[in-house]
Amino acid sequence: MKCTYACQTAEHLVARRRFLGLAGASAMAGAGVLASPLGAFVRPAAAAELQSKQKRILMVYLAGGLSQLESWDPKPGTDTGGPFRAIPTSVPGIHISELLPQTARQMHRLTIVRGVNINENDHGRGSYIMHTGRVPDPSNEYPHLGSVAARCLSVENDPLPGYIHITPGGGGGLSSSDAAFLGPRYASVTLGGGQPPQNTVRPDAVTEAADLSRQAMRRRVNDHFARRRRTAETEAYTQTYDQAAELMKRRELFDVTKEPATDAERYGSHDFGRHCLLARRLLENGVTFVKVSHSNYDTHNENFDFHLEQLGEFDQAFSTLVADLADRGLWDSTLLVVNSEFGRTPGINQYCGRDHWGTAWSVVLGGTGVKLGGAYGATNHNGTEVKDRQVNGAQLFHTYLQAVGLDSTETFDVSGRPLPMADPAFGPIKELLA
Amino acid sequence: MSEPAATEAAAAPAVPPAPTEPAASVENTAPVENTAPAENTAAAEPAAPPPPPTADPAQTYIAADLVEGNSPLLSCKFDPSGRFVFAGAQDNSIRRWQLDGAKHTALTGAHDSWVRSLAFDATGELLISGGYDGRLVWWAATDEQPTPLRIVDRAHDGWIRAITTSPDGKTLATVGNDNLVKLWSTLDGRLLQVLAGHTGRVYTVAFHPSTGTLFSGDIKGFVKRWDLATAKETAQFDATPLWKYDGGQFVDFGGVRSLTVSGDGALVAAGGTTDASNPLGAVHKPIVIVFDANTGEKQQTHRAKEGFDGSIWGLRFHPAGFLLAASGGGGGGKLLFFHTAEPNEFFKFDLPALARDMDLHPNLLDVAVPMHDAHLRIARMAAKPA
Repeated sequence: MKCTYACQTAEHLVARRRFLGLAGASAMAGAGVLASPLGAFVRPAAAAELQSKQKRILMVYLAGGLSQLESWDPKPGTDTGGPFRAIPTSVPGIHISELLPQTARQMHRLTIVRGVNINENDHGRGSYIMHTGRVPDPSNEYPHLGSVAARCLSVENDPLPGYIHITPGGGGGLSSSDAAFLGPRYASVTLGGGQPPQNTVRPDAVTEAADLSRQAMRRRVNDHFARRRRTAETEAYTQTYDQAAELMKRRELFDVTKEPATDAERYGSHDFGRHCLLARRLLENGVTFVKVSHSNYDTHNENFDFHLEQLGEFDQAFSTLVADLADRGLWDSTLLVVNSEFGRTPGINQYCGRDHWGTAWSVVLGGTGVKLGGAYGATNHNGTEVKDRQVNGAQLFHTYLQAVGLDSTETFDVSGRPLPMADPAFGPIKELLA
Repeated sequence: MSEPAATEAAAAPAVPPAPTEPAASVENTAPVENTAPAENTAAAEPAAPPPPPTADPAQTYIAADLVEGNSPLLSCKFDPSGRFVFAGAQDNSIRRWQLDGAKHTALTGAHDSWVRSLAFDATGELLISGGYDGRLVWWAATDEQPTPLRIVDRAHDGWIRAITTSPDGKTLATVGNDNLVKLWSTLDGRLLQVLAGHTGRVYTVAFHPSTGTLFSGDIKGFVKRWDLATAKETAQFDATPLWKYDGGQFVDFGGVRSLTVSGDGALVAAGGTTDASNPLGAVHKPIVIVFDANTGEKQQTHRAKEGFDGSIWGLRFHPAGFLLAASGGGGGGKLLFFHTAEPNEFFKFDLPALARDMDLHPNLLDVAVPMHDAHLRIARMAAKPA
């Protein structure tokens, strides 16, 4: 498997070797999970209570590594500041980059965490940390935030996937590795290019009657098999069929063209605009976890030109989505997380680029469960290090879970083995929680 | 900003003096009076001066290495008399070096972003700077300590990418991220004309030396020709090999990074980058496309013989009949010398760091190149003195 990231640095090659190690370990761990009932809360009653509250999470993932200096933590007039200026926001005293003028008007609905240090400059490992709250460990693979949310926040027997990932470009399908020991039922369903899930239209050559007959036969055979060999995998297989059938009935849910044209215009006539509008549609219709990815911020070359281009798209669509979710009453039940695998170096390289930098960068939160309208933590005058209230990926992961009402110190029962939901060596950032 | 660097010898010329050639055929430059140090001409009965050397690219060497502070440099310009060289910096200042004394002066306090482009008015006394703050600033270029004389804030919505003055020095053309070309009076800073039509950010601009037309190049690789009398677009030249939309990285990349018109007005050259296999990782090749200025027909596509990575950030037609290009990128910094008849360079000069811009001295021998390592280097196209 070749790393698809742009820069092809030595760090990526290291990541691939580590990935292969992880993949092997994961296969072994998966075998254990699959031989037993699905992983579950040790205290199922608590899970049922949480599910009834219908909390949701929106993650906006800026792939490749957004520059904090061109976005949430500008340092104009310093040796690292770059050419862009800082602008005031709707929160007095909080300034962000001039590349985000519309987002600046939504700042009272957001909070910037400016002291993130994950001590990691590799794409794959940084992404893993920011999705799972864990440092990669060959002996265990942990589920993504989206899979945990799908498992713990979704309504039981919800026909909709609990974790939907809208990506630029093509592709699609299930990313089963996201769910790790939780099992494929909680894996992300990818909507490549914002298109509906693949193969959700009955082929013209198959009549409705033939399809019903075929499904009935499949159920009979499946039930017969399951009576003696029921496993997490067969259960997920059955559930996937049922879910697919429901998805086919509700396919319009994924059709963003059903949204008003005026809304599409407000979000912007580009893929990220359409994807943010689709995210709104999915959240409004009860999907638990929606991740929208925007590419590509891996700007080793001409960082400022590329951020100008990418953040131009981001600013319009993102700010519109925040405003819409608030206006539609979803802000009190939806946690927003804006992150990347890391930030970018304060130093500007000879190509006017910035390189990988996990040492002092920013994540943005919004919506339910967190204090809004400010900045938590700080970097020094030119952004080379965290000077106040440093946090890591594990603390952020705990905080996300606590913000949506989950007890992040809970454990999953995997084949009788308790596995902590979040890294037990750390806890939430209490000052951030509402 | 401090005064001249201690490492510069105040008594020694920054650039060894070079006899000059007529400069009439070089666009946007006034005739050169004299660049030789006064002490060399003060003798009672001067001997007959030696004949001026002609440019010889194959002999190019670094004649001066000017540095003050540690901010990378982005742009440069000789003043029309050839006494000074100016450089725009990433610390929002402009550096001025007096070539016959190595004296450095900082021009500060007017820009609050990087200074991307420099130009001179008709008198040669007023320097105009354009920055990523969207601001135009007029300076008394030759004052002991230049201060801003006029500031046009928000001259463009967003970055100013390039500025240049007309052959008579009375009109300033500016281009920027707002997709516009604007014309201004250099005398009073009045906006004269707005030329709309580009569909992407406009990176470069160049006047025709005689026909009252203007060329501008954008990110998408289009060069537009404008008739200034009617303010209408009269042609569009296709330089799209300089542009790429990378569907894997989801980015636009490239564009016309440099643009120049030959002294006789027959040719227009557009420089930039091509074959961008990894735009985010600086993997791309330098390229220059030469057009017939009247018909828009491609006359030549220049590429580097060795295929190194880079982009062409500065271009000038030299009256001696070659095209001079400054490249910066993954392959380092280079000066490339092309004949229009041949696709590859006939000579390449390696620079110590990446080039960001380039200007030709009125003596037609010295080439100033601002670099990322904070140095402004002056390469001389002549034999190095023994």
